[in-house]
Amino acid sequence: MLINNFLLLGAVLFCIGVYGVIARKNAVMVLMSIELILNSVNINLLAFSMLHGNVDGNTFALYIIAVAAAEVGVGLAMVLLIYRNRKSISLDELSEMKG
Amino acid sequence: MIASLLAAAGDFTPPVADYHALAPEIVLAVGICLVLLVDLFVEERQRWITSTLAGFVLLGAFIPVVTLAVIGGDVRYGLGGDVLDGRYVIDEYALILKALFLIAGYVVVLMSSDEIESGRYHQGEYYVLLLTSVLGMVMMASSRDLISIFVALEFLSIPAYMLAAWNKRNSKGNEAGMKYYLLGVFASAIMLYGMSLLYGVTGTTLLSEIGPAITANGQFSGIEALAVVFIVVGFAFKVSAVPFHQWAPDVYEGAPTPVTAFLSVASKAAGFVALTTLVFLAFPLASDVYQPFIWVLSAASMTVGNLLALRQTNIVRMLAYSSISQGGFILMPLTVAGEAGVGESALKAVVVYLVVYAATNLGAFAVVIAVSKKTRSGEISSFGGLFSYAPALGVLMTVFLASLAGIPPLGGWFAKFGAFKAVLDAGTNWGYSIAIIAAINTVIAAAYYITVMREIWMKPVPDGDVTPIRTPSSIQAALVITCGATIVLGVLPDLVGRFGDLSDLTGALGG
Repeated sequence: MLINNFLLLGAVLFCIGVYGVIARKNAVMVLMSIELILNSVNINLLAFSMLHGNVDGNTFALYIIAVAAAEVGVGLAMVLLIYRNRKSISLDELSEMKG
Repeated sequence: MIASLLAAAGDFTPPVADYHALAPEIVLAVGICLVLLVDLFVEERQRWITSTLAGFVLLGAFIPVVTLAVIGGDVRYGLGGDVLDGRYVIDEYALILKALFLIAGYVVVLMSSDEIESGRYHQGEYYVLLLTSVLGMVMMASSRDLISIFVALEFLSIPAYMLAAWNKRNSKGNEAGMKYYLLGVFASAIMLYGMSLLYGVTGTTLLSEIGPAITANGQFSGIEALAVVFIVVGFAFKVSAVPFHQWAPDVYEGAPTPVTAFLSVASKAAGFVALTTLVFLAFPLASDVYQPFIWVLSAASMTVGNLLALRQTNIVRMLAYSSISQGGFILMPLTVAGEAGVGESALKAVVVYLVVYAATNLGAFAVVIAVSKKTRSGEISSFGGLFSYAPALGVLMTVFLASLAGIPPLGGWFAKFGAFKAVLDAGTNWGYSIAIIAAINTVIAAAYYITVMREIWMKPVPDGDVTPIRTPSSIQAALVITCGATIVLGVLPDLVGRFGDLSDLTGALGG
């Protein structure tokens, strides 16, 4: 069935995204991995929307696209802030506080 | 394809909006624009106007909440009990939580006005972001749909990320903001994946329709279990339940203290509100999945939070771990929420605990802010001899810590009592075992709260400086509100208890 292919693509993108968030040390790469997860969610929602024949999933996906744009805006601003103060965006160096 | 779907959906009839029911949100939204505009036109030395205005906006939004609670019942909704097709509901449960968020926001504004005026911050933006986050929380209390829960969650989180990074030049502030942002966004992405699966198996985003549809074939499939677990994980990050808690102490330490108070109380409460709504409305048939999972989260949060709090020397970090442990107690009634006949007392316990915890923890942070103005230190030892030179603050801190520890007759005692009652009512082994773990943890928690009390009452002043603390009037007001609420809720707990009505929450949706 067609929907399986979409869901499989969604699941693969989700796994790549989660791997990226956990394994990458560069803040921008982590942001991109999070975007991958959000896009896998969008693919899922659109596929399910087609399966069920209602627009709820499409609406949800539109909201996610809009909110993700706002989120990345804030995230990149924060990356810029850290780059200005430290000249580096490696997440490993962000470990001043412990315990 | 969209065109055909839209054609199939039929004619669009706009939902009937009840403007009285939506008044708190409308007042807040207008107020946010007003604060932003006023900030553009006032001069630097008149900046106190912004904070005063922000306070009035929150109080203004509180008025319709009170009138809605007073008229009560069916009058408030017009017909059918909901505003937007059951996706956005104003019931007693929503109203008490809206009141909680608005008052918590007001107390945070009172706590901020002095600290933020010290000049290192951009005031106007600070209050706009704070109000926006409160608006998101107020929306969260009414959301009964996956989409509106998601939008409300992001609405309250995105401003909170910026508030956490408010100390722009400070590397700890940067670290706090970045950690909070990355983990928050990651958690909401995981939660969204769970929501997409939930939509896939049920074909709807409306919680009251998901509830009965989640086991449509009479059986609980793997994909449904995965959806429930992912959604709970997403909110576990938000409420900093162990093992998803690592961000909390760092963020609380790096953010400005009023923001920390806001995050540890209001933002956390919003996560619990969404989780509670989902558990009672969307997952009632999935109790076999979420109950053991939340059991583990709750037991781990209490125990790990307490053990780590024991060895902290910084008061804010100690309160951070204490709030993780308190989060475990708030989760505790949800571990039995699906048992027959327990739902009522479990919901009541969660709501009462949230309100009491908010009052008590905000009060503790207000004292920390007042004391650190003089001592310029976040160490627990800086509270040494507080009673000898600032008796009022010493007594208040003792009241708040005693309430957090659960000593009668303060609010925290009744909140803990309700949580224990709910799990014992269930009469299951899961319920008894979590009650035993919680009882042990109550004793451990008392140890570190009493450490601070000992500093206040028995230890000498560390640097011998006994000049009295000049507490700004705004912080005095915050202390009066929180201390009053802590004591009154302990003596008259029914004030809140009657709002956590389960039939109200589920009935308005089923009908």
